[in-house]
Amino acid sequence: MDSFREGISMLQIKNLRAKIGGQEILRGIDLSIRAGEVHAIMGPNGSGKSTLAHVLSGRESYEVTGGEILYEGKNLLAMTPEERAREGMFLAFQYPVEIPGVSTTYFLKAALNAVRKHRGLEELDAMEFLSLIKERMKLVEMEQSLLNRPLNEGFSGGEKKRNEILQMAVLNPKLAVLDETDSGLDIDALRIVAGGVNALRQKDRAMIVITHYQRLLNYIVPDFIHVLYDGRIVKSGSKELALELEVKGYDWIKDEVAAVQ
Amino acid sequence: MKSSQSKERFLSAFERFQKGFAASPDWLRDLRRAGIACFDELGFPTTRDEEWRFTNVEPIVSTSFESANGAGKILRPEDLYSRSFIDSAYNRIVFVNGIFCPEHSSVRGLPSNVRVENLSAALTTDDGVIEPYLSRDTRYRQEAFVALNTAFTEEGAFVLVPRGVVVTEPIYLVFASYGNGFPVMSHPRNLVICEAGSQARIVESYVGFGEQPYLTNVVTKVVGEEGAIIDYYRVQREASKGYHVGALSARMSRNCSFTAHSVTLSGSLIRNDIHALLDGEGATCVLNGLYLLDGKQHVDNHTEIDHAKPRATSQELYKGILSGTSHAVFNGKILVQKDAQKSDARQTNKNLLLSENAVVNTKPQLEIHADDVKCSHGSTIGQLDTDALFYLRSRGLDAADAQSLLSYAFASDLVGRMRIAPLRARLDDYLLTSFRRSQS
Repeated sequence: MDSFREGISMLQIKNLRAKIGGQEILRGIDLSIRAGEVHAIMGPNGSGKSTLAHVLSGRESYEVTGGEILYEGKNLLAMTPEERAREGMFLAFQYPVEIPGVSTTYFLKAALNAVRKHRGLEELDAMEFLSLIKERMKLVEMEQSLLNRPLNEGFSGGEKKRNEILQMAVLNPKLAVLDETDSGLDIDALRIVAGGVNALRQKDRAMIVITHYQRLLNYIVPDFIHVLYDGRIVKSGSKELALELEVKGYDWIKDEVAAVQ
Repeated sequence: MKSSQSKERFLSAFERFQKGFAASPDWLRDLRRAGIACFDELGFPTTRDEEWRFTNVEPIVSTSFESANGAGKILRPEDLYSRSFIDSAYNRIVFVNGIFCPEHSSVRGLPSNVRVENLSAALTTDDGVIEPYLSRDTRYRQEAFVALNTAFTEEGAFVLVPRGVVVTEPIYLVFASYGNGFPVMSHPRNLVICEAGSQARIVESYVGFGEQPYLTNVVTKVVGEEGAIIDYYRVQREASKGYHVGALSARMSRNCSFTAHSVTLSGSLIRNDIHALLDGEGATCVLNGLYLLDGKQHVDNHTEIDHAKPRATSQELYKGILSGTSHAVFNGKILVQKDAQKSDARQTNKNLLLSENAVVNTKPQLEIHADDVKCSHGSTIGQLDTDALFYLRSRGLDAADAQSLLSYAFASDLVGRMRIAPLRARLDDYLLTSFRRSQS
């Protein structure tokens, strides 16, 4: 791999606009993320956080109406969802989908081998895969019995989110987008999930952590925080910004935006 | 070709067949003659017939089928085994184009008092055991194909599991067909008797080879006496021009449990009728069905569950996956008779359409004459869940693989219900690879 350009962005979002069902949700997003960085995106409900996550992962129901996204210098918006995954993007879903009839092991082995094949690596056989997944499961303290159960079916909220992080640990992405990974988690589950995420922080990997609450950021401490409001990033800062939001809520941001307009 | 001309052909085939009757018992000769007379009177069904509304048998009517004369081309055992999901260690009785093949058959692994043999052989020794079951209970007076089968009754599997005997190894009844220079027809007649308190697992496997049309017109009668536990499988892997019409009728006595798994993997035109008669208190009937269609295939499943006695339970789940311009029909009738109080009947039919041009006709029919019963039915026709597809693709699976995996998932619970582990594994494997193949 080329020594991926220290200091050059892994992900560059330029004036991104997107709509769903005729309604414009993203109204000009600019964001630049380098390898090794963790960016938090916060914002009130309806500000466009999840839309951004879905547009990044290639969800077809969202229509991009303007701007561009460069991922490692390539046009991300021209890639299918599976190409994005194979190129090293990962989205941890806010609502992981239940898939009856497909075991977690089978699914994850198929996914990993699709990614490996794309990267020119040998596919893993069943034994190699099993030893890999067993090792990665320790990161999220997941019970092995879950592996043979149908994917996410009947999993608790915490188990689903842990399964997302397990998938991330197995697929080994360059850029991970965590969409409201904290939603619905009690403090113990949150600690486990955050612990897994922190263990996966490394200098050649970037993360975008999308959350409504500051709570998660006590456990996953970001390098940068951006506040999304009404489809735009209206404020960016260091991790202290989260504490300010925790104390003052989002209203002062809304007021600031209103004052400027 | 006109239906009447086709009928004439079958009538004259019967005339030729009749010349070899001498060795048969009188009652059987009479039964065959009654069969051909009924066929003559009924003629082939048309789509004007309510029970055949969505299934046009014209491709069968217009083909000049002949009975196979002798063994013909010998099938290689490995082809037979791999296509019918068996191996050389299995207990099996094999018929090729309707004719018993001792060289492919072996039932050495069974208890010595369990009988698995060719019906025509059993008729020469035990026609007294067989007679009551062959001549009663089948619908040759109403159904043209059953009448035709009755007329040509000669070979087929005869299975007798004596009182209290538990057979743990599955018994495979394998029917292989291939066009032998001309379109071949066969009319296998199977009789399975499980005496009181016995248990058995029986697999009927239908496989076809080659590019020529052939017709398999089978009638199977299963008798479950008091407390018998019968796990029955029918796997159809017919060739691309294979026509298959099958009637399975099962009669269950008190506390008998009958479970049937019907799996249709391939074939051109397939019609399956199941008639399950719950004829004793506390009897249980489970009908599971899975049909996979692509291209121009046509599969019609008609089931009828007849609750004749109180406190019997039936559960039915049929699932279909359709692509191409295929056409599936499901007609599920539940009849609860007047005295069958405390009946519990549930029926579900689910269909997954993978193409816009595939068609499903699904029809539940409840006919309830008792007042203290639990009955439910439901049917669905749907497409793959777009959220699930996206989830899989977001992990790196391409769209075709994601669709394959979800199709497999749709079918997998039915495979999971099968109790013969090796068959389950082979089917699992088949489903995963066939879905992938159908994408490419």
